[in-house]
Amino acid sequence: MTPASRQSSLFKQYRRWLVPGAIVVILIFAIVFPQQMAQDNIWNLFFLMSLGIAMGQSWNMLGGFAGQTSLGHAAFFGIGALVTRTLWFHGTPFVLAFIVGGVAAGTFALIIGAPTFRLRGAYFAIGTLAVAEVLRITVAQNRPFISTMPGDMISSYNLPARYWVALALAIATTAAAYLLLRSRWSLGILGVREDEEAAQASGVHVLRHKLLALGLSALFMGFAGAVFAYKQISYYPEAPFFPTFTFEALMIAYIGGVGTVIGPVIGGAFFVLVRERLAANLTDVHQVIFGVLFVLVVLLLPGGLLEIWDRSKRIMAKRQTKKLQATRGAEDREGGP
Amino acid sequence: MSAFMQTLVWGIFAGAIYGIAAMGLALVFGVLKILNIAHGELVMLGGYVGFWAFTALGWDPFLALIVVIPAIFILGIILDRIVYRNLNRLIGEDKIKNSLLVSFGLGLVLTNLAQWLFTGDERSVQPSYAGQGLNVYGVLMPYTRLATLGIVLVVTVALHFFLRKTYPGKAILATAEDYESAELAGININRVYMLTFALSAALAAIAGQFVTFTYALAPSIGMYWTLKAMIVIVLAGTGSVLGALPAGILLGVVEAMSGAYLSQTYKEVVGLVIFLLVLILRPQGLFVRK
Repeated sequence: MTPASRQSSLFKQYRRWLVPGAIVVILIFAIVFPQQMAQDNIWNLFFLMSLGIAMGQSWNMLGGFAGQTSLGHAAFFGIGALVTRTLWFHGTPFVLAFIVGGVAAGTFALIIGAPTFRLRGAYFAIGTLAVAEVLRITVAQNRPFISTMPGDMISSYNLPARYWVALALAIATTAAAYLLLRSRWSLGILGVREDEEAAQASGVHVLRHKLLALGLSALFMGFAGAVFAYKQISYYPEAPFFPTFTFEALMIAYIGGVGTVIGPVIGGAFFVLVRERLAANLTDVHQVIFGVLFVLVVLLLPGGLLEIWDRSKRIMAKRQTKKLQATRGAEDREGGP
Repeated sequence: MSAFMQTLVWGIFAGAIYGIAAMGLALVFGVLKILNIAHGELVMLGGYVGFWAFTALGWDPFLALIVVIPAIFILGIILDRIVYRNLNRLIGEDKIKNSLLVSFGLGLVLTNLAQWLFTGDERSVQPSYAGQGLNVYGVLMPYTRLATLGIVLVVTVALHFFLRKTYPGKAILATAEDYESAELAGININRVYMLTFALSAALAAIAGQFVTFTYALAPSIGMYWTLKAMIVIVLAGTGSVLGALPAGILLGVVEAMSGAYLSQTYKEVVGLVIFLLVLILRPQGLFVRK
């Protein structure tokens, strides 16, 4: 036995602790680091990362798992923000307003889901884009004035509290995505993504599975909108309905690795870090860089950043087998007659 | 009555621009089988070329078409070679889905580049004869709008003859019909794709040039025009290139009417709601016999 293989068997022994260990380390980091730094920009950065992860994860439930590309997730984000903020400002406790906001977004998604799922593929994408635009214009017409927090809320404004809510949402969304992928439902949902006709022919109720993915996805996107409404001091009620939010969620899922649970987490952290860094230095062109990056990912790296990891692992494995074959070949030659 | 006629005429004028913007999108959708979300951005860039020709060189907006069209035609060739050609190895649903994502990213790039180069200011072009026009029994028809409608009609007819009577046009139609058979018959389909995309970009650029003196021009108008063109091609029936003009005029008239008789603010919503209804109830389009 060579030292290398002994090392890898040792590694294998602890391997099952690797993922839980990494999760614990990341969580401790996410909890301790901002408290240690205790700076507003750090709180902000971590807030944005958590929100990004939650958004990417929720888009991924529908777009990644069920394979239904939605270009209208801003609608759910907007509904969550609108409902939560309205209820909250009218005296409802925030937690209740938050839940109602998410549920409202999910319900709306289920109502529009049944007719829009008659559309396949690209038409579904454009259909959702149109739904989001209809909502955006309607909200802009009915609520043309800036929505600002009342004075007493501003005076008791506490940035860390916003971060804890966002972090909890990011964790909950990731856990939900993981559980969804582990559940029996995921078989049907993934089947719909791979081949709708085949899934239907083998007895999967396609519409029900699509609606489940859509409802969950919209629920969490609505929660993300609610967190947005909780954090922002003032914005136009129309703002959370902007297509930007759809595209942010979509880019995070794609850059990280679409259709996986870890992908949006990596994507969210990477996207927000790079964006904030670029926005500070290159205010004008940072969106251009992201657009180019996104196009490159879709064209060349359809598995996102996770694919780099997978590919390098595969290359390493190939190199190792090659080395093994080479040494074996040498032994054969030596041992031969 | 004259108010009604005036609204109708405005709707037709607006619809002509929708029609020509949608024609390019329909062409690319029918031939390359991709949905180009960045089509509106090509409209916007065409508008900027025309705007600078007017502002820097003092060219008449209609004369400027002779630089606007080639400029965006060449841009179309470049974009096809750099970006869209990479999608050709995919087929069917995957191709459309990836084209949506890629062209969305490209749209973001073009919008922000324009923002950076030309700033976000709203711009427009006012030729000296902007206010003049015909007055037919109390219905006002500005010369600029009449010329727009005329050019759109000429371009549509020219496109029709190009597609039906010339070799490259027939190659485009053959590729749209069945790209594998077209390839077997000796058509270089990569070149056909490139020509189609460049043509579509040129059509978008013509629409963009009309936008400069009928609406406002800003880097962010791309999404608006993409959506308008989408609505029109869904009304026309996807893949119907020349059907885009009547469908565009229909959309223009419906918007003008709902603006005048329902509410000015919900004009945009009416178009999108019709779009969703048509998609769900009659996905093959209004002007397709099936």
